[in-house]
Amino acid sequence: MSTTDTTTDPAGGSPANPRHIPTFDPAVGTSDSSIGWAIRDTLAMTGRNLTAMRRVPQVLVFSLVQPVIFVLMFRFVFGGAIKIPGRDYVDYLMPGIFTQTVAFGAINTAVGLAEDKGKGLLERLRSLPMSRSAVLGGRVLADTARNVVIILLMIVIGMIVGFRTHTNVLAVAAGIGVLVLFGVALASIFVLIGLSVSNGEAAQAAAFPLLAPLVFASNAFVDPASMPGWLEWWARRQPVSKTTEAVRALMLGGETAGPVVASIIWSFAIIAVMSPIAIARYRKS
Amino acid sequence: MSTTPSSPGGSPRSAIVAESLVKHYGDVHALQGVSFEVPTGTVLGLLGPNGAGKTTAVRILTTILQPTSGRAEVAGVDVIAHPHEVRRRIGLAGQYAAVDENLTGNENLTLVGRLNHLATAAARERSVALLDQFNLSDAAHRPVRTYSGGMRRRLDLAAALVTHPPVLLLDEPTTGLDPASRQGLWDVIESLVSDGTTVLLTTQYLEEADRLADRIVVIDHGLVVAEGTSAELKSTLGETTVTLSFRGSDLAGRAALLLGDFGASRSSGDETTVNIPLRGGADTVRDVLNLLHSNELDVGRIDLHEPTLDDVFISLTGARS
Repeated sequence: MSTTDTTTDPAGGSPANPRHIPTFDPAVGTSDSSIGWAIRDTLAMTGRNLTAMRRVPQVLVFSLVQPVIFVLMFRFVFGGAIKIPGRDYVDYLMPGIFTQTVAFGAINTAVGLAEDKGKGLLERLRSLPMSRSAVLGGRVLADTARNVVIILLMIVIGMIVGFRTHTNVLAVAAGIGVLVLFGVALASIFVLIGLSVSNGEAAQAAAFPLLAPLVFASNAFVDPASMPGWLEWWARRQPVSKTTEAVRALMLGGETAGPVVASIIWSFAIIAVMSPIAIARYRKS
Repeated sequence: MSTTPSSPGGSPRSAIVAESLVKHYGDVHALQGVSFEVPTGTVLGLLGPNGAGKTTAVRILTTILQPTSGRAEVAGVDVIAHPHEVRRRIGLAGQYAAVDENLTGNENLTLVGRLNHLATAAARERSVALLDQFNLSDAAHRPVRTYSGGMRRRLDLAAALVTHPPVLLLDEPTTGLDPASRQGLWDVIESLVSDGTTVLLTTQYLEEADRLADRIVVIDHGLVVAEGTSAELKSTLGETTVTLSFRGSDLAGRAALLLGDFGASRSSGDETTVNIPLRGGADTVRDVLNLLHSNELDVGRIDLHEPTLDDVFISLTGARS
């Protein structure tokens, strides 16, 4: 195994490709563990995840089916019976749908990671000299990109059924930003679920009971005033409601600062608590 | 960067050293003090039944898992102190073909190259070369989910070779493959070894260890229960024997008496047969047959029994399947 080794590669064929054994001096340490490499690795993993999403467009379609059904159901079936003072119900509904879409979309983060784990891909990635955070970072970044696409599509679908924004483009963009940040926060929870189960179905099964109370015991579809007192208390304060409220304010007008700040605080708090746990779990599992 | 020129002094005598590796998961003692060495440029077969601790050992050597105690060195680098440096020197091909089904073969290999910190152009170049070597060029731009099992394994092995690692760890590389694909993969592994690569191979297939491994370590319940070359392990179980079958037990009895000098013994199960250890090879057979012939004892049937690694395996690890 000397440097002058000119033998051909295994399985015959290609021209001599000298084996390179990196030199290593424990005193100097490793040179490719810098932030720059972490970013490059994260982008490489993001690209991989986005390519996989493009290859299986069904997943994107299916993540639209459920919110579209909700739009149709609440707009045309239940909507007539729900009165929101001072607003068209469709305007009230759509920001709730956006939050719901982001929330249920986060399941994909868990499913994607669980599948990578189940198929042994995480094992291989752990044996590579890549940044440890890139696997999770690449997953969350790709899912964030997907979220942006899905939110835009849902806005279009909302427009078709009568939803109209009543503010300016910047405010609407800020609303999308609040949703995307909330999506990252949820992803940090679902990374942990994905790493804790061994396949996609299990991830799905574990995710729904966690999301249902958040999404439905909220102000996304109805005014919490109609709920029993204890539930109303929760439904007014929890992150899905705060995010929905913030998006409503940014897209429809009204008091903005309070709900937007509350949503951002919720999102950052979730990220601050969950991501160290998720990273520790990735290192250990 | 990994493009640092290689140093000729960098190859230690043993490419893999495992010393008293212990791994406990709670009450489960996956490894209870496993030690072995793999001299540079040789193949070690790590053999054992399911749950023996083979995969745990591989996961420790590939830095995926930290041992509870003990130490290990791969390519001269301590796996616990410098895991990142170990990762730059190894290739791992797993029990499950660890490739991304939704990416093409080319995308898979390019991704692994980039994550090994090759420049993008170099990663692409290497991917094309490997796909060519592994006869996957025609399928290079097809998603892996359209590949056959054998093609996936070849791609998985190719992914382990992207950086020309001096040490290769193969965890049951041919499990579940059809005989032709298995043969193909063996050929590839053999050519890697002839190229100077050190290989640690776990397997449940004794035929595989027999064919590929220079030395074999048998582990069971997290302990090394035997170690040696294939031939050494077989010889611990006894030598080749000839079994002579006669038309009746009285004939067999007379033959056993007559052949006492050859170490003949009656089988416990079958009254009509006599076993003779084949110490002198073909000469022994000739002498035995001549002696029987001159005493007018007709032999009905002659069987040769060569101890197989299966015999070794079963005798060492008990009758567990």
